[in-house]
Amino acid sequence: MERQDGTNKRKRMSTREMGKTLGRVLSYMIGSYKWSFAVVVACIFGMALATRRGTLFMQNLIDDYILPLTQTAQPDFGPLAHALGKLALIYLAGMICAYGYNRIMVNVSQGTMKKLRDQLFSHMESLPIKYFDTHAHGDIMSVYTNDVDTLRQLMSQSIPQVINSVITMATTVVSMFILSVPLTVISLIMVAVMAFAASKIGGKSGAYFSRQQKSLGTVNGYIEEMMEGQKVVKVFCHEEKSLEQFKKLNEDLRVWAYNANKFANIMMPVNANIGNISYVLCAAIGAVLSLSGNFGLTLGTLVSFLMLSKSFTQPVTQISQQMNSIVMAMAGAERIFRLMDEKPETDNGYVELVNAKVLPDGSLTETAERTGVWAWKHPHQADGTITYTKLEGDVTFDDVDFGYTPEKIVLHHIKMYATPGQKIAFVGSTGAGKTTITNLINRFYDIQDGKIRYDGININKIKKADLRRSLGMVLQDTHLFTGTVMENIRYGRLDATDEECIAAAKLANAHGFIKHLPEGYNTMLTGDGSNLSQGQRQLLAIARAAVADPPVLILDEATSSIDTRTEMLVQQGMDRLMKGRTTFVIAHRLSTVQNSDCIMVLEHGRIIERGTHDQLIEEKGKYYQLYTGNAIAG
Amino acid sequence: MIKILLSQFKQYTRAAVLTPVFTGLEALLELLIPFITAKIIDEGIEAGNLQKIYLYGGIMLIMAFLSLISGVMAGKNAAEASSGFASNLRESMYENIQKFSFSNIDKFSTAGLVTRMTTDVTNVQNAAQMILRIASRAPLMLILSMVMCFFINAKLSMIFLVAMVILALALYLIMSKTTVIFKQVFSRYDDLNGEVQENVTAIRVVKAFVREDFEVNKFQKAAGMLYDLSVKAESRLAFNNPVMMLVIYGCMIALSWFGAQFIVVGDLTTGELTSLFSYVMSMMMSLMMLSMVFVMITMSAASCVRISEVLEEKADLVNPKQPVMEIPDGRIDFNHVEFSYKHGSGEEVLHDIDFHVDAGETIGIIGGTGSGKSSLVNLISRLYDVDKGQVMVGGRDVRTYDMEALRNQVAVVLQKNVLFSGTILDNLRWGKEDATEEECREACRQACADEFIDSFPDGYNTWIEQGGTNVSGGQKQRLCIARALLKKPKVLILDDSTSAVDTATDAKIREAFREKIPGTTKIIIAQRISSVKDADRIMVLEDGRINGFDTHENLLKTNQIYQEIYETQQKGGGDFDQPS
Repeated sequence: MERQDGTNKRKRMSTREMGKTLGRVLSYMIGSYKWSFAVVVACIFGMALATRRGTLFMQNLIDDYILPLTQTAQPDFGPLAHALGKLALIYLAGMICAYGYNRIMVNVSQGTMKKLRDQLFSHMESLPIKYFDTHAHGDIMSVYTNDVDTLRQLMSQSIPQVINSVITMATTVVSMFILSVPLTVISLIMVAVMAFAASKIGGKSGAYFSRQQKSLGTVNGYIEEMMEGQKVVKVFCHEEKSLEQFKKLNEDLRVWAYNANKFANIMMPVNANIGNISYVLCAAIGAVLSLSGNFGLTLGTLVSFLMLSKSFTQPVTQISQQMNSIVMAMAGAERIFRLMDEKPETDNGYVELVNAKVLPDGSLTETAERTGVWAWKHPHQADGTITYTKLEGDVTFDDVDFGYTPEKIVLHHIKMYATPGQKIAFVGSTGAGKTTITNLINRFYDIQDGKIRYDGININKIKKADLRRSLGMVLQDTHLFTGTVMENIRYGRLDATDEECIAAAKLANAHGFIKHLPEGYNTMLTGDGSNLSQGQRQLLAIARAAVADPPVLILDEATSSIDTRTEMLVQQGMDRLMKGRTTFVIAHRLSTVQNSDCIMVLEHGRIIERGTHDQLIEEKGKYYQLYTGNAIAG
Repeated sequence: MIKILLSQFKQYTRAAVLTPVFTGLEALLELLIPFITAKIIDEGIEAGNLQKIYLYGGIMLIMAFLSLISGVMAGKNAAEASSGFASNLRESMYENIQKFSFSNIDKFSTAGLVTRMTTDVTNVQNAAQMILRIASRAPLMLILSMVMCFFINAKLSMIFLVAMVILALALYLIMSKTTVIFKQVFSRYDDLNGEVQENVTAIRVVKAFVREDFEVNKFQKAAGMLYDLSVKAESRLAFNNPVMMLVIYGCMIALSWFGAQFIVVGDLTTGELTSLFSYVMSMMMSLMMLSMVFVMITMSAASCVRISEVLEEKADLVNPKQPVMEIPDGRIDFNHVEFSYKHGSGEEVLHDIDFHVDAGETIGIIGGTGSGKSSLVNLISRLYDVDKGQVMVGGRDVRTYDMEALRNQVAVVLQKNVLFSGTILDNLRWGKEDATEEECREACRQACADEFIDSFPDGYNTWIEQGGTNVSGGQKQRLCIARALLKKPKVLILDDSTSAVDTATDAKIREAFREKIPGTTKIIIAQRISSVKDADRIMVLEDGRINGFDTHENLLKTNQIYQEIYETQQKGGGDFDQPS
């Protein structure tokens, strides 16, 4: 629903907002390419000037060279050759300008694109999880694909085209004024007619284009949905009905597309022929004027003028053609800037995680090498001292309240503690808040009220990166990256050696299947590891967490049905990973729950029962129900 | 392929034919106009004859008017033809896909089909419009301009021939090199987008491992590579414009020089010289347009191939000539069935499957991933055809039934099931179009979906988002079961359809089946022993063969695989709870 509103708002972007966005795009483009851009403008100017100069030369050609030549008995072609030589030089300069403009523009537009992409991406990486949870992934993707692409067209085509057209028009007008004032006035009037026609037609076409885009979106959405469910369509014999509905949407799209293209297409002939009429008018009036001889208009001047008037109509058409793509690009640019303007994740933490070694007197000190002992380096602002606290994995929740939005609290008064090495299991139905609690420990989300302490330190004081580095995570949906199996395991700790990665794979029970892959650890994974089975992907995710070797683990056991044998491997791998670490596990497996030091039963965001398996069975509460329900069925 | 695509113009063929006719007319007029302007200059202005000026001016105005009309008509027809063409392409593809069998669908990925019907069609539509408008105009302009030039002065026109050869050669050289690089650019671009996609979906992993900087570095490297390649490709294209200018200006200068000499001798008039200048421009423009069309065609060629693949795909399951419309009962017989997804490939998924089920029986199927469970049940409603042997429902080979009649009586709840955007009622009525709300409620009660539906503020009118993203997995599965129940089928197949439903509810659903639809044959595929243990008989599948087929108690005694699965699930590998 929210997205729908957004679309409408986007459609209603005002001219002022559009100007603002355009200004921002331009400043982006010009910002880092000030000089290049200046050279480009100069080049376009030079190009237009050379063309103009060439057209003006035609006046000299006929009047000053050819006509005199016809009147002498022994014509001397010397002056003509000289003049043509000069013209060739001018043209050469024009060509160099053209090349310069085209070549530099490549760097400017591609460079700006790269800068834009880099900034978009690094900004996206800095956004809080909340952003990704509240925005459709398809929408984020389309910023990179569609919107950046329309912007590329704007930069490499529309903007230079418009600059070019404006300069051409300006230089042409000046030249035309020099040639003949009255004829120029006639041309200008015709151009005004043309601009009026263009804006009328363009406006119509633009309106239809936006309807076409909307209709295209509907059709594409329908196709996507139906193709995704094609097998269900088959099973329910819904083919005809689905085709019928599609035909309706498709016909709508055709009508809008037809109208949009129709008006876009007739713009050119209309403008061109207004240009032709202008040409006739100028020719007739010019002829009358030059025959009367009163206005200093010679035949050569008239010819030059007529040629100029032809090139005068072109830029008007070009600008009106670019208008549509500019409007479309602005909508895209707005979405790009909206992503760039999102507030990044804040981090006011100052407690860092450092390698430590234990001094003979039992105290800790910081050290550069990797010792396997970690400590929290805690600078105290009050007295400027630094204390080191050993990283143990002691986590305490003190009366924590949390809601994804401040109005709707989903976790209430969560109180719990885990001493180093303990295993805490969360059980409860979907929506009870199990995943939410784990999202708070690593500060994917920040709590509303209460305190979470990690080795006695308030986690708000710990640098997020260091906090997360000390926490291992295995999520329910395993995500793998394009790259080799080895690279995917190494994701857990970038400086891990091959041996360490293989050891981790062995611990996670993943070694067996990896060895059987066509290229073992060097097998390429693509498309989120789609060439592996669900169970194998889970094993890799466990190996990835194992190589990071964190003191605290957050596990979200998968519920999806994988076959029993792989399931056993996953189970074993998980158990080995948990050994000796403080573990928070969202448990679905009986054995995990039974082996936990403490079980938290959650309901509606509250811990309603807690204790060991035996204690909870004794209590005969919710846990007992869940457990025995399972026992009867299983 | 081209023939297939062309036939898709259908009712818009007229517009498609008229477009080039009108553009041709427009081009013709556009070419004649400079001819008239030459007349105005020569016979009117130079001769000081105002009469002639008005005459030719009048002719030119009429021509401009005609040109306007033909231009507008051409534009209108081009729009009609191309948008109609695109619409027909989409519709024909969609229609053909509706005829596809499961194996046809498997052949194309979902994403592949979507791209073909969206991006590819748009590409082809743009190319079609471009070709219709320019492909006729540019060569015509080129030829006519040439003719006109030769008509004015054949000797001078030789200049153009030389110029055109140079230009064509230069454009070819530039284009052929850049298209190769552009191909690499596109694939890099895809990779880059793939990386973004990966980061968007896996952002929790990235953040949990504090790999933001690592990812940014990786991305910047990839973006840098894309930048280098794009610059390489486009910097070659940057030669296009100057080369064009070189040729045009070269022609101008040559024309001026030789033209002056011809005029002096009296072989050429000044008016004719200006006409020649105009023609040289239009010739070069046509050439450039042709090169653009060429690029367009190469770019859309891939799309054309992909579209015609869908159009040419023949559905591999067809109705029998005289189909049987009635399915007498829910008996199921498999007679020595062999099956593979690629017929005759030897990669058989099912070997010698032979079993018989009475109407009203409940059958459980259990087995590891890839053991052939889904393949087996998909044969019952003839979603695929067997390689060898026979599948019978109600005592008749499934291939003798009308497919729609068969599928209405054999309801399958697929493993990968989807809900469609619409209300819950809309979705349920997929099972029975005219089902009353009471019927829908009853089906939901049997599928244990009534409770959660009633807890929604809008109840049965709750809007389901595309793909059912706003209900939980377990809720989705129960809605899918209810949808299938509304068909009142003789055979009901649940392909791992309660995996996300908690065990207690799962048991309740099975109890409802037993009580409410005793006459319906039920086949239940499951991973959990608990889901199948109370079935009449349980089939254990292993590597496409039946390993055991008996009651729970007997299998526990005799079947090793079954014992193994049971043991592990008892020991604690089983699920403690399930999201409900």
